[in-house]
Amino acid sequence: MTMAPKREDYDVVVIGAGPAGLAAAATSAEAGLSTLLLDENIGPGGQVFRAISSTPVTERSQLGADYWVGADLVQSLRASNAEVIHRATVWSLDRNLDIAVSIGGASAFVKAKRVILATGALERPFPIPGWTLPGVMTAGAAQTMLKSSALVPDGRTVIAGQGPLLWLLAAQILRLGGRIDRILDTTERGNYFAALPHAFAFLTSPYFAKGLSMMREVKAKVQVVSGVTELAASGDGQLASVSYVAGGKRETIPVDLLLLHQGVVPNVNLAMSAGVEHRWDDLQLCWSPVLDASGNSSVAGIAIAGDGAGIGGANAAVVRGRIAARAAVEALALATAAKLPAMATLRVDLARAERGRVFLDTLFRPAPQFRIPSGDTIVCRCEEVTAKDVLDSVAIGATGPNQLKAYRRTGMGPCQGRLCGLTVTELMAQARGKTPQAIGYYRLRAPVKPITLAELAAVPKGEADVKAVVRG
Amino acid sequence: MFKRSEQDKRPQVQIFVDGVAVAARQGDTVSAALLASRRDVRRSTAVSGAPRLPYCMMGVCFDCLVTIDGVGNRQGCIVPVAEGMQIEIQKGKREIGK
Repeated sequence: MTMAPKREDYDVVVIGAGPAGLAAAATSAEAGLSTLLLDENIGPGGQVFRAISSTPVTERSQLGADYWVGADLVQSLRASNAEVIHRATVWSLDRNLDIAVSIGGASAFVKAKRVILATGALERPFPIPGWTLPGVMTAGAAQTMLKSSALVPDGRTVIAGQGPLLWLLAAQILRLGGRIDRILDTTERGNYFAALPHAFAFLTSPYFAKGLSMMREVKAKVQVVSGVTELAASGDGQLASVSYVAGGKRETIPVDLLLLHQGVVPNVNLAMSAGVEHRWDDLQLCWSPVLDASGNSSVAGIAIAGDGAGIGGANAAVVRGRIAARAAVEALALATAAKLPAMATLRVDLARAERGRVFLDTLFRPAPQFRIPSGDTIVCRCEEVTAKDVLDSVAIGATGPNQLKAYRRTGMGPCQGRLCGLTVTELMAQARGKTPQAIGYYRLRAPVKPITLAELAAVPKGEADVKAVVRG
Repeated sequence: MFKRSEQDKRPQVQIFVDGVAVAARQGDTVSAALLASRRDVRRSTAVSGAPRLPYCMMGVCFDCLVTIDGVGNRQGCIVPVAEGMQIEIQKGKREIGK
């Protein structure tokens, strides 16, 4: 089924149907603005509310109350006049707010007065030895299968890493009857002290009680090894064992499935390709866009909401979506903004939703050895470039991620740096004694997702377009 | 590696993996159906031929690349299964004409 956008121009185009995008599109449409929501997935929800309208997991308590909140957001969106297209991959966005989107193998072009990017987050790369072996996946991947297809691990399964998602996933797998043999917690001991000054805000946030009860639920059923300082996967063409060091002792265990997780980072590709300025965030160890209090970026007309604006979690994403949409309404149709919750109210909501975040960021700040690999460990999964390859290139003159492309093709495979970019930046920064900010990031360009030449060639073109590329 | 929860009551959808009939469920992505099939569905990479399986399942890693109904390099994790869909495990680069 192919469903092209109904119009060529919209007041607001929202990209991504996760918590921020759902809230932004509903708010914008409710205020009477022509609104288009484009999303790459089969249905609404993004990652946190994945398959919210279709999940085969019918026993609601297994996914938890926080998941089902997503159903209300989808209902609000459906009650609005927003046009929604799924399986729509946006591959270009520029400073003129022209958008190219691939739907069912054909590209369509729309123009927006305002764009709200709600492209969310992806899991931080976890470049350990053997992380490309079949049988090694992200924790988020397992959660995606659990939510959308009620699939759970049933072989020997190890979950390794740190962060709230890891515990949530473990609890959900156990509730659905899946198997977990061991959890390897890589949280650095020193982080507990570093996080202490921020503990009060966290203790008084809703995360605290929920997190604690989830950890208790999991620890009652699964062996948890804390203080893991080294981690490696091995096998011949298929994961066979996991080796780790905890408390100075090495242990190797046979395993069929290893699920890795060390937090999430903004998915920056579309925003960066549009020219949105990003800065290195020293606490969250990732690139975050430079935004004003309403989510407006350095490119006029483009706002960013949700985790793509800096990791804040689902509750904050919803509020950021509403704030960005209200700002769009104020800019385009001020009179109708009165219908919406006041900006001051939304900002109070946001402060509440972000409460405790600094504590989580500090406690679950991933350790250097799990972010900056060495030796034969693969950095760039697509082009199969190792840490040693990167360092050798630095030794003969590669100065940053963009020069490195010419040496090793890092970031030039189909994932376009999504799985190696942060690693390359930090690895090169360390090797050259510079800050990640000074080293920089890949220069990203459209198409931000691969499309076929046939699809490009089929794009309607006028005489001027042909003249621009044909000689003579 | 993965099993289906008994509460899953979705209707079956028949797909073909390298010509062999496989029972998927309505709403599965191609990658989820492959991982649930208990078959060896490892692709091999274009660069070294190393075996891989899907890693992220959310459209960012491209380790799920697969040939679907004759079109190569599709992201199996964002394409839903359909009755009669023909899936080929991709070995190496996408072939010309596929």
